[in-house]
Amino acid sequence: MTSQAASNPPGSRSLHRFANPGRFLRLADAVLPWCAGLTAIALAVGLAAALFVAPADYQQGESVRIMYVHVPAAWMALFAYTCIAVASAAALIWRHPVADLAARSASPLGAAFTFLALATGSLWGKPMWGTWWVWDARLTSVLVLFFLYLGHMAISNAFEDPGRGRKAAAILALVGFVNVPIIKFSVDWWNTLHQPASVTRIGVPTIHPSMLWPLLLMGVGFTLFFFTVLLLRMKSELLAARLRNLRMLSVEGR
Amino acid sequence: MSTVHERMPEAKTLGGSQAPAMPGVLAGFRRIVLRDLRLAMRQRGDAALAVLFFVLTAMLFPFGVGPEPNLLARIAPGVVWVTALLAVLLSLERMFLTDYEDGSLELLTLSPVPLSVIVLAKVTAHWLTTGLPLLIAAPVIAGMYGLPADGYKMLLAAMILGTPTLSLLGAVGAALTLGARRGGVLIPLLVLPLYIPVLIFGVSVIDATLAGLPARPHLLFLGALLLAALPLAPWAAAAALRQAVQ
Repeated sequence: MTSQAASNPPGSRSLHRFANPGRFLRLADAVLPWCAGLTAIALAVGLAAALFVAPADYQQGESVRIMYVHVPAAWMALFAYTCIAVASAAALIWRHPVADLAARSASPLGAAFTFLALATGSLWGKPMWGTWWVWDARLTSVLVLFFLYLGHMAISNAFEDPGRGRKAAAILALVGFVNVPIIKFSVDWWNTLHQPASVTRIGVPTIHPSMLWPLLLMGVGFTLFFFTVLLLRMKSELLAARLRNLRMLSVEGR
Repeated sequence: MSTVHERMPEAKTLGGSQAPAMPGVLAGFRRIVLRDLRLAMRQRGDAALAVLFFVLTAMLFPFGVGPEPNLLARIAPGVVWVTALLAVLLSLERMFLTDYEDGSLELLTLSPVPLSVIVLAKVTAHWLTTGLPLLIAAPVIAGMYGLPADGYKMLLAAMILGTPTLSLLGAVGAALTLGARRGGVLIPLLVLPLYIPVLIFGVSVIDATLAGLPARPHLLFLGALLLAALPLAPWAAAAALRQAVQ
């Protein structure tokens, strides 16, 4: 950062670097209010429907309502990782700075969704299965996904030079993405060998419409929430970088 | 130039661009494997350390779970695999670190031999110095745990197919963490989640054999993991090395 600012006349290099992010910032400012508003509406209506309108399950009773948080969180855990992998590929191939930023900003969000899915699943498991944790295939593979997120976050902050951390994190995200289906299937295999009575979840086609629409609404709400927070995080990162640059320039100008 | 050649004799063959492409690549591969093996021979402690760690951690389990023979025979495949995996993990940090610190990694990236081939050579040397000794020590550990006699052949087959995958995936983690602030702590966090499939199928091979089920599908899965990692891991590790030395 310092050497760059010192070797170039102020503006030429940093303008080039921020040309695209500047456009992104304007776009983000335009999209953010809509995204945030729709998130609030979808989550409010979805939660109201999930907690009050949707019927209780005839077997599980009221505790089925955990599903309306648990299932969207699990969807988002996978969705966020896919986003990270696509953004990392774009960052590595086209050296796109905003894609890089998106990947790094998304990984704490993905980790949070994964944790939410694990925690709500555990809370749901206690009344339903009688235990907080089972080494079930799905639980185990989500736990592994959580560790992949932690590794991604750790490596992007592990280097003195932030550029190295970015590239290392992008490579790790792609390697992890290749491995996610392998982990998923291997864990499935391992589990079916040891535990024939596997826990079957409610498949989407077998779910009653009165439960399906609040669930889908919550899914939409979670997705919108993800994008709102992602845009906010990216915006604040960009502004922090710009602030750093300005401070650097003002120090040199003195 | 002559001093460089003296210090790094392999640089001469690597730089031999007038030779046809394929023999040059193969010669470079062979030279790097031999160089790493020679280095390992001169510092025998490092290779011995992984095996020692393997035996020591395996020794802890009877203290932890009690010396009941049935229980130990039941957990033997899992203990052998988990401790072997941890021993490989312990040795990963050194795969590229010494080359990175003395600067020879930069020379290697400049050579006409593709960097992924160089990574493959280093992985081969790592397997020969870490995986192979583990392979020899594993039946001894299994014997001390009282693994039934049917299990040994399959244990060896599974480890022959599984441990190269561990070295290959580990190369990616080792290359990614070069020069990181807490490299030694980071490697387990990055690599262990990727090791889980190998562990699962490696143990399943032996468990299936002991249960009288066909072990072939699990062995095929282990082979498939190896074949998938063989081209992909050196490629990813080479990308990581390139951004580490730039």
